[in-house]
Amino acid sequence: MKEIIKALGNVVFKMPQGFYVTLKHLFKKPVTLDYPRKKKPMAPRYHGRHYLERYDDGTERCVCCGLCAAACPADAIYMEPEENEKGERRAKVYEINLLRCIFCGFCEEACPEEAIFLGQDYEFSSDNRDSFIWTKEQMLVVHPRKDNPFKQLYRRVRKVYGVTDKGK
Amino acid sequence: MLEIVLISAVKIVVVILVVLTACAYATYMERKLLAHLQHRIGPSYAGPYGLLQPIADGIKLIFKEDIVPNNVEKLTYTLAPIISFVPAMLIFAVVPFAADATLFGHEIKMVISDLNIGVLFIFAVASLGVYGIVLAGWSSGSKYSLMGGLRSSAQMVSYEVSYGLSIIGVILIANTLSLRELVEQQSSVFDWFVWRQPLGFLLYLTCAIAETNRLPFDMPEAEPELVGGYHTEYSSMRFAAFFIGEYGNILAVSAVGATLFFGGWQGPYLPSVLWFLIKVFLFMFFYIWLRATFPRFRYDQLMSFGWKVLLPLALLNTMVTAAIVML
Repeated sequence: MKEIIKALGNVVFKMPQGFYVTLKHLFKKPVTLDYPRKKKPMAPRYHGRHYLERYDDGTERCVCCGLCAAACPADAIYMEPEENEKGERRAKVYEINLLRCIFCGFCEEACPEEAIFLGQDYEFSSDNRDSFIWTKEQMLVVHPRKDNPFKQLYRRVRKVYGVTDKGK
Repeated sequence: MLEIVLISAVKIVVVILVVLTACAYATYMERKLLAHLQHRIGPSYAGPYGLLQPIADGIKLIFKEDIVPNNVEKLTYTLAPIISFVPAMLIFAVVPFAADATLFGHEIKMVISDLNIGVLFIFAVASLGVYGIVLAGWSSGSKYSLMGGLRSSAQMVSYEVSYGLSIIGVILIANTLSLRELVEQQSSVFDWFVWRQPLGFLLYLTCAIAETNRLPFDMPEAEPELVGGYHTEYSSMRFAAFFIGEYGNILAVSAVGATLFFGGWQGPYLPSVLWFLIKVFLFMFFYIWLRATFPRFRYDQLMSFGWKVLLPLALLNTMVTAAIVML
């Protein structure tokens, strides 16, 4: 008898509350991201896949000094130097093993030439281990760049030195 | 004579096709609605809004390898999916889905078979469905399946009693067992039996959920405890047959509930078929809503709830209704 009264009480008083809670949630916006079709904008300081910057005339900024490789705690960077037509030093081979890389950003901090940056790209999964070794050609930004190169560079430089977004 | 056979054949084909499609899209509806109830998106890849997902699932299941484990009882293992699938389809034979229509000068009853003991037929056939589950659990030769089958038989036997008693009130008031006459007696909204049998309706709803093994009464399946319950060892189309059976059962109890308590196809302005579909849809919505709201019962809670609460209430309901009808 007690159980019956309790059950009836639940049906009349408690259960509508529960139903109301779930119904409220039916009209809320789903939190799931429709991922490959809709992408979330990454945070401005997100540590994604590396890219190598160029000067405005298209020459590579990287002089293959090896500071990034020295700073790298995961020992993920391998490089071999060479000279270009003008006799300037640059990297012949510049490889980052993204399987070793821990995306700490020390290479970005160590770089004296403002050449290497951690970008926003995080979609470099693969079914082949070899394809995780990214070469210089893959990481160099396209020249001429599609967006305003000054603006981009300005932002990157300021980002490295921690300047707040004010002024020009 | 030929005419009657032809008309019946057309009706059967149409109803079977509609029910099978509805079963497929019930899975879509469930997945989508449940997803949105949980702040997810649900299937969205196959077709616009994932509308082709049931078809993709069907094709996938057909082309899956049909694995038969070594230590199964071959005959019952093969029969079980069919046994659980067929009764679900049979129920629709007596459910009137629209008002009578006149087509090419023929009076067509929009029900496959206007049985004068329709309600009895439904409950007889619906009870057969449990054999599919019990046999599947027993013949699979797996402890998980056996546990699922055992629980299922106990649950269904317990709830069958209250299930049957819950609609006695309606039958007492209507004084008929024919679904067509039941619908005709509920011609206006105020004549719906749900107003005269509120307790009976609640009991019917609860028992119907238990009968169709839906959450929160899905003891036989209980994924976290029993892997998949009675269909653990099934794959491919045999597995699909269980699922069509399950969703067919849900549709069937929704259709029967709509017919018994909510006036079936009766309704103003819109075509009668549409009214029937709307009512069934609302039942389905409630089922999924319920699934998203309440957790699964514990086994002993389920049994004590069935015997100590539902059965006395059903008996009380029957007794009070009988007394009022007598007066």
